Amino acid sequence: MGLIYDKDKCTGCMLCIKACNFAAIEKDGDKVKFDFDKCVLCGSCEEVCPADAILIERQTVDKEAIAQYNDVWVVTEIHDGRLRSVSYELVTKARDLADKLGEKVVALLLGHEVESLAESLIHQGADKVLVVDDKILADYTTDAFTIAVTSLITSRKPAIVLYGATSNGRDLAPRVAARLALGLTADCTGLDIDDERQLVQTRPAFGGNIMAEILCPYTRPQMATVRPNVFKPTEPDTSRTGEIEKVDFSISPVQVRTRVLEKVSEVVEGMKSVEEADIIVCSGRGIKDPSNLELPKELAKLLDAAIGGSRPIVDLGWLPPTQQVGQSGRTVSPKLYFALGISGAIQHCAGMSSSEIIVAINKDEEAPIFELADFGIVGDIFAIVPEIIEEIKRVKAER
Amino acid sequence: MKIIVPVKQVPEVAEVKVNPETGTLIRDGVPSILNPFDELAVEEAIRIKEAHGGDDSEVTVITMGPPQAVDVLYKAMAMGADKAVHMTDRIFAGADTWVTALTLAEQIRKMEFDLIICGKQAIDGDTAQVGPEIAEILRIPQICYVRKVEISEDGKFVTAHRETDEGYEVVKAKLPVLLTATKGLNEPRLPNIMGIMKAKKKPLEVVDAEKLGVSEDRLGLKGSPTTVRKVFPPEQRAGGIKIDGENPKEAARQLVEFLAKKGVI
Repeated sequence: MGLIYDKDKCTGCMLCIKACNFAAIEKDGDKVKFDFDKCVLCGSCEEVCPADAILIERQTVDKEAIAQYNDVWVVTEIHDGRLRSVSYELVTKARDLADKLGEKVVALLLGHEVESLAESLIHQGADKVLVVDDKILADYTTDAFTIAVTSLITSRKPAIVLYGATSNGRDLAPRVAARLALGLTADCTGLDIDDERQLVQTRPAFGGNIMAEILCPYTRPQMATVRPNVFKPTEPDTSRTGEIEKVDFSISPVQVRTRVLEKVSEVVEGMKSVEEADIIVCSGRGIKDPSNLELPKELAKLLDAAIGGSRPIVDLGWLPPTQQVGQSGRTVSPKLYFALGISGAIQHCAGMSSSEIIVAINKDEEAPIFELADFGIVGDIFAIVPEIIEEIKRVKAER
Repeated sequence: MKIIVPVKQVPEVAEVKVNPETGTLIRDGVPSILNPFDELAVEEAIRIKEAHGGDDSEVTVITMGPPQAVDVLYKAMAMGADKAVHMTDRIFAGADTWVTALTLAEQIRKMEFDLIICGKQAIDGDTAQVGPEIAEILRIPQICYVRKVEISEDGKFVTAHRETDEGYEVVKAKLPVLLTATKGLNEPRLPNIMGIMKAKKKPLEVVDAEKLGVSEDRLGLKGSPTTVRKVFPPEQRAGGIKIDGENPKEAARQLVEFLAKKGVI
């Protein structure tokens, strides 16, 4: 059992009961008792206990072994011949982490005929770009990319490896983690370095109801997938210089056990991806009819925004699944999010509550979306959105 | 065709509330359910078994969790899974994704399988890591986030539609393979009375750490490379300005002024 409670040391202060986020501790006379079915061994009680009566058994840290690992790596991702924006976001964040550690930022560029992209990563803040150029890496496959990334990690020993929490990043990272028996934190929304030079990884859980800070104290590298659009990329500095190293190694086709037969894009012509857009115009049940989607589309076009949909309207087939925002769809965090006729079910909010500014328009004054909204308008979207379009046009024309 | 479906019991996240005073999760009275993505996996496994038949075909569901997690195994068996394995032991507690995958994989290794189908992610942790980690520990290929699955006539290959950021890709692999199921794969059936009655008589194996035969140091919190340092309530968004839209023109003017001030348009 991971938690040891020393009843004799316990002074009955009951601080642990307050600290427990999982209601796993109860008063038991002048002492406490633990409900181990609820306890997740998070250690909050251990931290607040003034009498050291609670101990969570953990592994010991081998400081010497850990000291051999240096630098912050970013596994970048290429789509359609360009780097995904999350790659630039991660290099920016990695720069910040590496500066705190006094270490280097190394970007991994895996693909075929991709070397020309390396310089942009240096401009973004990388000190070094490792380029693995191989035909077999032209399309993403779990096996080829796992081999490439694990070989590089094993031989060069980075302290931190970051991946974008994209479909491919979340397919690759756990595979690498399991091959090297490493910890991995999924879909982080916060990253920092603590006093002991550890990576502090913050992520939401329980549908965004709670945040957790996760550490990886015993093994290196510390690895995380990071939610796109959370960290904003800085302006590229074209005067920055750095090293571009081509790494040669061959992956045999027999090592790749899956074959991509076909790639199908469901991105509707002119419809931006919700994960990469700075502004999203999202519609819910309140849109009533698919023909009415012309209205949010017009607003989106004006703002160069992506069109999103809540689960009900995607289930009805009014928008492709790639545009669904929410727990069973995509998790987004744009600068500006319009929720049009969306009531704000928790599953929807879990997918968009980290947006910078939320605007909600809904007929129902009581709709939970208003609790999240920075600017809410109680009213009819069909009356209000056209006015917003006109007003934006007017303001833009004045500039 | 032998199919294994790893499943998880999760709280109905939509009903989890946060105590506004203490910032702690209120889980009392929140129903525990079979993770919805795992339900898709169970359904798909049953459909594949039904379609590809063979007398030796079977669907086994497996879970790691406290004693009450047995409920989700019975639910899956009521839907049509043939047998279940319940991995339960205090020693398993506090496992992160890597150790959860290791614990499940060490058990699965002892079983026969052609196909493993997981849900894409559990709705409480949302990591989507345990599936791929099981695949890696078992050294089999994976196809994650699948919306459509086809098994070849000879039962040797799987072709799946794997969801990507832009749409999907069609991926083919030779069995054994691990798939993770995402929305759109199927509509899971509701167990009927007959199914519920039958489930009670289906074989259920209970496995503890000793029976698994993995040393305690590699299991649960002790074996986990990650630790949770702190959990805390998210910054509550202070519901900001809320205006009446009775005069649409005026409402639009105020909104656009607000957005311009914030510098987002």
